[in-house]
Amino acid sequence: MADKFVAKFARLVARLTGGLTLRSAGLLVALFAALLAAPYLVNDYLLTVLIIILYFAYTGQAWNIMMGFAGQLSLGHAIYVGLGGYLAASLFVRFDIGPWFGVLAAIPVAVVCGAIIGFLAFRFSVAGVYFAILTIAFAEFARIGFDHLDVVNASAGLFLPVGQYVHNDLWRLRGNPAMFYYVILAATVLIFILCRLLLKSRIGYFWLAIREDEQAARATGIDTFRYKMYAVMISAAATSFAGVFYAFFYNNLFPEQVFSIFRSIEIILGPIIGGVGTLFGPILGAFVLTGLAETLNSTLIALGVDLPGAKQVFYGVCLLFVIVALPEGVWPPLARRLGLAGDSR
Amino acid sequence: MPFDVYLNVAVSGVLTGLVYGLMALGLSVIFGVVRVVNFAHGEMMSIAMYLAVVLFAGLHLDPLIMLLPISAVLFVFGYILQVRLINPFITRPEYTQFLLLVALAIIIVNTLLIIFGPDARTIQTSYAYDSFQLGSLILDAPKLYAGAAAIVFAAALFVFFRFSLIGKAIRACADNYTGALVVGLDVKHLYALTFALGAACVGAAGVMMTLIVDVTPTIGPTYTLLAFVIVITGGLGSMPGALIGGVLIGLTEALAGLLFTPSAKSMFAFGILVLVLLFRPQGILGKRAT
Repeated sequence: MADKFVAKFARLVARLTGGLTLRSAGLLVALFAALLAAPYLVNDYLLTVLIIILYFAYTGQAWNIMMGFAGQLSLGHAIYVGLGGYLAASLFVRFDIGPWFGVLAAIPVAVVCGAIIGFLAFRFSVAGVYFAILTIAFAEFARIGFDHLDVVNASAGLFLPVGQYVHNDLWRLRGNPAMFYYVILAATVLIFILCRLLLKSRIGYFWLAIREDEQAARATGIDTFRYKMYAVMISAAATSFAGVFYAFFYNNLFPEQVFSIFRSIEIILGPIIGGVGTLFGPILGAFVLTGLAETLNSTLIALGVDLPGAKQVFYGVCLLFVIVALPEGVWPPLARRLGLAGDSR
Repeated sequence: MPFDVYLNVAVSGVLTGLVYGLMALGLSVIFGVVRVVNFAHGEMMSIAMYLAVVLFAGLHLDPLIMLLPISAVLFVFGYILQVRLINPFITRPEYTQFLLLVALAIIIVNTLLIIFGPDARTIQTSYAYDSFQLGSLILDAPKLYAGAAAIVFAAALFVFFRFSLIGKAIRACADNYTGALVVGLDVKHLYALTFALGAACVGAAGVMMTLIVDVTPTIGPTYTLLAFVIVITGGLGSMPGALIGGVLIGLTEALAGLLFTPSAKSMFAFGILVLVLLFRPQGILGKRAT
């Protein structure tokens, strides 16, 4: 029994590391080590920025499962963040049920929600732009619905109790930024490994086949409906955890904010800028975008410019520039430059 | 509630819906030909709305007089946009087009915010509170003018696409891209013209909207979403579909606002969208895509 387990684990590790060059393995280890040490090296402000970066790296990776791997463009991922956040926060505030049980409740709900959207869309062959707009419609529907849902305080917002925490309570997710940092770092590492495993397994190859040419995939005998459903459900489940994290990190939830189309757009900017369909793209994209936003912020403050909207205009111009200059995203050309071309996915 | 109230609200919803329809017509024309979803559509409308506000505040020019000049400005804006930015993206994946236009939308919204500040602006025309009475039916003059202008503008566009040589050439591009290239049509130029026409539509709709609603810099995204809902309900790429979808959504919103709470009205619009996508994905008047 134990032997079997060890053998299985060894196969898993082999699959995970298979095709990984020394160079890219070294890069990954160095990055991971730097991220592990970060809380001891940076101040609280930078640590908060890092938490936001990792949050977007995580959600970007989760979105990437659907779009980058299976080719299904979702523009409404905020719905899974919102459902996860609201469910866990309500359980915590009303029944004092901890966030980890909240995650256990949030994941099935998000999976069911994703399954409903996926089932309705894929059954009626709603695809491409139509599918994207269907996902927006569901998220907007949820936004306005929650805005009128009194159980969660409607548009007045749901608040978690806050206080000064001397001790970190990992079980209840109450504590200082360093604790939140390690939680989201662990989640980002886990989803990175999960994505790599998925990509290197049967399901991943089926997804890529569907993404490249769905009709051809169906012709070769792939049950495209089923595998597209898996993509939506896995992506929804992963994203709902981000919602729980969001709720406990920010301690407040407003329907106007969590379900807003801008939250959905934020989630997908990272992977698009980094490189859709690549494993490293969402992480790099999150660093580039959040770094850009924070740099703009501090530059404008240093220059004494206090115009509402000025930062966003620069941000928009930078986005425009990146998408015009690097249509594949930042990572694929960078990977080629670093000699990691084979590992760009 | 007496029947009169419903009737009045319904008629007012239909008139607003005609303006919605013209706005959505722009989106539909662009998607139908260029195959690019204009995610900055509502933002382009807000440019037209601010132009109308500025011209009214500065020079006391009535929005109905400025309808054509402002839509001409948007026409030029749309043409340049398509030639400079969007043409290279036509063959790229949808998500890159999406990001390009979202970036543009962010720039437009925040530039307007910098210039005009966050406060709402209105246009107080001399006929703002006029109304016409037909039996028990009371019609708001601004809404009536706006609705009538929307019909005229849309009709002109139908005639252009149906009978003019350029309109026929554009429809040829939409039907068969390669075929259009083979017979020697300048597809890039025709695409730019189409985008410009779509922009002119949304510009005209924006000017009329200033008669009906207040303008804020952040009004854009709401109307972008609304235009999607309308166009898909009516049938993406179908011109009469966009108008019918607009009227349907305007009517739904008005009645939902009356029967429930006004803040929940767009939930019903999204509800209709979900139903349409599920049971008739091609829209009410759309043709089934292969």
